[in-house]
Amino acid sequence: MNTQNILPDNDAGTVALEPIITKARTEKEMRKARFINKLKQPKWLFWALFKYLTLVLASVAVLVPPFAVLLASFKTSKEYYSTSKVALPESFFNFDNYIKVFADGDLGLAFTNTGTILLISLFFTVLFGTQVAYVLSRFEFKGKKLVLLAYVIAMVVPAVTTQVATFEVIKALGLINNKGSVIMLYIGADVVMIYIFLQFMKGVPLELDEAAKIEGASYFLIYRKIMLPLLKPAIATVIILRTIFIYNDFYFPLLYLPEKSQVTVSTALYKFTSVFGTEWTTISAGIIIILIPSIVLFLVLQKQIYAGVTNGAVKG
Amino acid sequence: MFNLNLSLKQQQRLIVFAFLAIPLGLLFTFSYYPASQLFYMSVTDWDGYAPAKNLVGLDNYQYLVEDPDILGPMLNTFYYFVGAVVQLVLSLWFAVLVNSKLAGRNLFKTLLFIPFVLNAVAASMVFQIFYQVDGAFDNFLSSVGLEALIMPWLMDSDVVNWSLVAASVWRYLGFNLILFFGVLQSIPQDQYEAARIEGAGEWAQFRYITLPSIKMIIGLQVLLAFVGSLSVFEIPMIITKGANGTKTFVMATLETAFSFNDFGLASAMAVLLLLIVVFFMILQKVLFGDKG
Repeated sequence: MNTQNILPDNDAGTVALEPIITKARTEKEMRKARFINKLKQPKWLFWALFKYLTLVLASVAVLVPPFAVLLASFKTSKEYYSTSKVALPESFFNFDNYIKVFADGDLGLAFTNTGTILLISLFFTVLFGTQVAYVLSRFEFKGKKLVLLAYVIAMVVPAVTTQVATFEVIKALGLINNKGSVIMLYIGADVVMIYIFLQFMKGVPLELDEAAKIEGASYFLIYRKIMLPLLKPAIATVIILRTIFIYNDFYFPLLYLPEKSQVTVSTALYKFTSVFGTEWTTISAGIIIILIPSIVLFLVLQKQIYAGVTNGAVKG
Repeated sequence: MFNLNLSLKQQQRLIVFAFLAIPLGLLFTFSYYPASQLFYMSVTDWDGYAPAKNLVGLDNYQYLVEDPDILGPMLNTFYYFVGAVVQLVLSLWFAVLVNSKLAGRNLFKTLLFIPFVLNAVAASMVFQIFYQVDGAFDNFLSSVGLEALIMPWLMDSDVVNWSLVAASVWRYLGFNLILFFGVLQSIPQDQYEAARIEGAGEWAQFRYITLPSIKMIIGLQVLLAFVGSLSVFEIPMIITKGANGTKTFVMATLETAFSFNDFGLASAMAVLLLLIVVFFMILQKVLFGDKG
């Protein structure tokens, strides 16, 4: 009975499949024919080759500098100076430079410090960012326009110019050489993130709030139980953007965390030329260690990073 | 916990206050107060230590205009702006390519974008090593038969600024590319389809469909390029430490404050930079009608 049932179905299936296959085949053939046809046009061929040439040249330009550093990181000092800088090392398993740079370059401490700063800053950026966006998008109150204006204007002031005066504030607060300084700057001066949250909050229907209110939920509960979970994609974007910014930032730690015990990834690396002098192979290993987390993060989260960068820049 | 015996009105007042107090406090402490202090300090002779700040009128501004050592670094902006324009054109070209049906487009996009997410110090030091005399760049040029081009990339004061600009283009091209790419993706494909049926070539399609759609993003990017060129700091600070005439205006400002302890003059420099930036931002809004 079963087989009887299956057989006709199967027959029908093959019958139905056949035209699709032929259609796909002809389309593929047509595309191939079109392509071969185009190849015969010298102008098209020239442009196609020219496009690839520019892309390949640009890729070489992007890859060669860091690749040379990667090669150097596996070479002994003697090898570095006696062979071509773009020649392969004798061994890709010579990790001496990596061991040395980790031991003498304060890298362990630097990663701990940067990690601490990163986690605390991210937590408060998300907390404050979502709270400000919730209040600004859901309530009408006196001074709301003024608050919005304050955020708009703050975006125009480039942080790089105001540090001469900010330094005095940090000093008055006694936060020089205290991670609190850069953490507060990362949280407080961070205006673009609020825009990302606000933009996203606009898309959350008001009916959800109303329904919860009828059920007797407080505003805090609505924020905590409805908004926060719905904002997850925006939170992810903000976390990614801020992680890249904070991990890569050099300016704030240079100004506010000069002490050796407070080095971050950026400032530790910056001090390499005074710690290791001209030991370029050791320095190269340090550079590679610091580049790897960024590259891994990027490859894993490529799509979100593209979207986040575009949003951040266009809103800002 | 709030809903026990509070009316909705009271609740709202409470939550508005609770959620805004700290963020606004931080915004004022680290954005508005310093910015206003900057204006005030720029008319004083404060050295960063003295308890009193003496008013000196516009002396700092006068000094700023007259001393070529201070305004000189401002001229280095020019190199970076030229670089930024080249970078914009290149990034638009590559954005159009990776937006077409080219095989391998995603790989190329990834490669060109990656430098932008790298640590600023690490990326700059890559070039510090790359540009060394008999370094990787020189060796690379020799290996492809271009040894005639070898130059003291960081030593020759005629060349060094362009070397640094190249490092900057390397790092930021992907950023422009992604912005262009985002807008290109939003142009409906059927417009191109229709144009092709009408017999429009690739250039005509670019000129009459793509270009009008990206006008606003070009305006934004020119502004970002200009502001970016004015505030260049990391690349010359790390690669040359400002030697051989590579000092930029931001470096000079920080040096005036933190090395020479002349916070009054440094504030005047920062105010000047701030005003230029704000001026161009307003100009961009007016010219390109950005409603954002």
